[in-house]
Amino acid sequence: MDFSSINPILLLASLMVAATPIILAAAGELVVERAGVLNLGVEGMMITGAITGFIATVTTGSPWIGFVAAAAGGAGLSLLFAFLTQILLSNQVATGLALTLFGLGLSALLGQGYNGIKAPEFPRIDIPVISEIPVLGPILFSHDPMVYVGIGIVAGIWYFLRYSRAGLVLRAVGENHEAAHALGYHVIRIRVLAIMFGGACAGLGGAYISLVRVPQWTDGMTAGAGWIALAIVVFASWRPWRLLIGAYLFGGVTVLQLNFQAAGIAIPVEYLAMSPYIATILVLVLMSAGRAPGSLGKIFHASR
Amino acid sequence: MLTLEKRAQPSKAWVYVAPILAVIITMIVGGVVFAMLGKPPLEAIRTIFYDPLFGDFASYSRPQLLIKAGPLILIAIGLSFGFRAGIWNIGAEGQYIMGALAAAATGLAFYPMEARWLIFPLMVLAGLAGGMVWAAIPAFLRIRFKTNEILVSLMLVYVAEAIQASMALNLLRNPDGHGFPGSRNLSQYPSSANLELIANSGVHWGVMAALTAVIFAYFILARHRFGFDVRLAGQSPRAAGFAGVDAGRLVFICMLISGALAGAAGMFEVSGPAGRVSIDFNVGYGFTAIIVAFLGRLHPVGILIAGLLMALTYIGGELAQLSLGLPGAAIQLFQGMLLFFLLAVDVMTSYRIRFGKTE
Repeated sequence: MDFSSINPILLLASLMVAATPIILAAAGELVVERAGVLNLGVEGMMITGAITGFIATVTTGSPWIGFVAAAAGGAGLSLLFAFLTQILLSNQVATGLALTLFGLGLSALLGQGYNGIKAPEFPRIDIPVISEIPVLGPILFSHDPMVYVGIGIVAGIWYFLRYSRAGLVLRAVGENHEAAHALGYHVIRIRVLAIMFGGACAGLGGAYISLVRVPQWTDGMTAGAGWIALAIVVFASWRPWRLLIGAYLFGGVTVLQLNFQAAGIAIPVEYLAMSPYIATILVLVLMSAGRAPGSLGKIFHASR
Repeated sequence: MLTLEKRAQPSKAWVYVAPILAVIITMIVGGVVFAMLGKPPLEAIRTIFYDPLFGDFASYSRPQLLIKAGPLILIAIGLSFGFRAGIWNIGAEGQYIMGALAAAATGLAFYPMEARWLIFPLMVLAGLAGGMVWAAIPAFLRIRFKTNEILVSLMLVYVAEAIQASMALNLLRNPDGHGFPGSRNLSQYPSSANLELIANSGVHWGVMAALTAVIFAYFILARHRFGFDVRLAGQSPRAAGFAGVDAGRLVFICMLISGALAGAAGMFEVSGPAGRVSIDFNVGYGFTAIIVAFLGRLHPVGILIAGLLMALTYIGGELAQLSLGLPGAAIQLFQGMLLFFLLAVDVMTSYRIRFGKTE
């Protein structure tokens, strides 16, 4: 065992990278749940985004186009969920599960022939001047652009929910859809838009795994990241900034166990590999005191 | 303009029509997908749904049908109690793995002793207990800390898969296996083998257990107080509270039933068709069983039929893979689609469509 091989600066830097797919997917799901919809299909939308983004990147050579395609893929799949739960009033838990099973099958089908190909590299950008600050520079300011896009989305959601009129309407719909409907807001339309936003974010998160973190395509490669994102939303008590804490905590556990594996610690690899999932359960147990949006998961049907 | 109007009572007819319609729509849309993949759609559908039952090699594939349907039905029956009561155990895959591991460990502990009368029943008990313990974790956390059981039970699937890999590589590894991962073959150890009860029928102890579970579940739901509580809690948790149903106890019992049955399914699989603990002997029955439970309308007899149908898509899918080169993922997509269309068509059970203007 050799702990001296673990470089704390590199560790913290890779923590930022490990947390990014979770941040992206969880941010989208947070908006969906604040609108009163529980979409358990995050995993399915992530893996679909992972493959559509990968295909687009390999075909065009541009990771940027790949991320756009991933967002489109995730949002496209989420439309299925929106149609079933909002128009056909199906059970959200069952439909979300169906979306995950369907997305896993769809992505495996689309991904045939893309196994083992390496995606074109998504270059890191060193932000001028501040990336040269010792310690903080390499940890915070020397990443690929999506790391900042993820944080930017969280900040944007925070501002949107807290200070914008549209954000207030969205929260009203999530807290009490009957009242929001009585006030004349289009509950279904707002929810469909929220679901699509959530799908696009999940797609981005999935593509981050297949284009930056791994970067390759294998079937089922998201390996529960979508479910962890769902757990992080609960951990965050549906508040954007706490979501970052949760995601970095998770990223920290992931990166640390990978470093322990590399350092040859006396714990078998399989037990280290399960630690992120156990950490997620512990976090859920400790932090499940938050109050969920009032109408979360309930079916809205405007009866006359 | 079409609008939906809530029915005063759920439509009895649509309860039966919806799953059949969903299967038909899935066949049509599935055919379109197969055509897009460049495979003859009608031939593909026939290979999946007809050939395993009546085709040239049906004598080989018919027993396979029961072998695949057994665990699906057993797990889905267990899940149906919780799903009815609004308790979402979606980690049956993990409970299945833990049941299999507990049973395999028990059997291997006695190796090479010859005492089938003792060892095989002990393994069944170990399987039940293994699954039950794994399901008790999300149940306990939900009751004690109000933790979401969906997320916890699912996280535990990944934990169980890691334990499974570790067992196959370390503790349960076959000492005579020349260092290859995987345990001794339980189906070749006379005291632990889950044998075929009738030659070439595919009926093994797990299939018998599944049929027994169907019958028990039917009577519990239709006749027993517990079945009434489950249905009441699902339809109106508040009313159930007033009727004296202990919500925590209900969560616990429902989770334990589903865990025990999933664990038993794992036991029958690892000692029979799978034969041994390997890194990946689980094939996702725990997740497919969720589709089976819904497709069967959470009703025991419905689950029996749905389990056979889903087993058919597995076998037919394998046939189509061999004869038409249909990708395996297409079958997974097909199964997902089935659940989607069922949920879509299901709107007709509780609502009717009105033509005309919204005011």
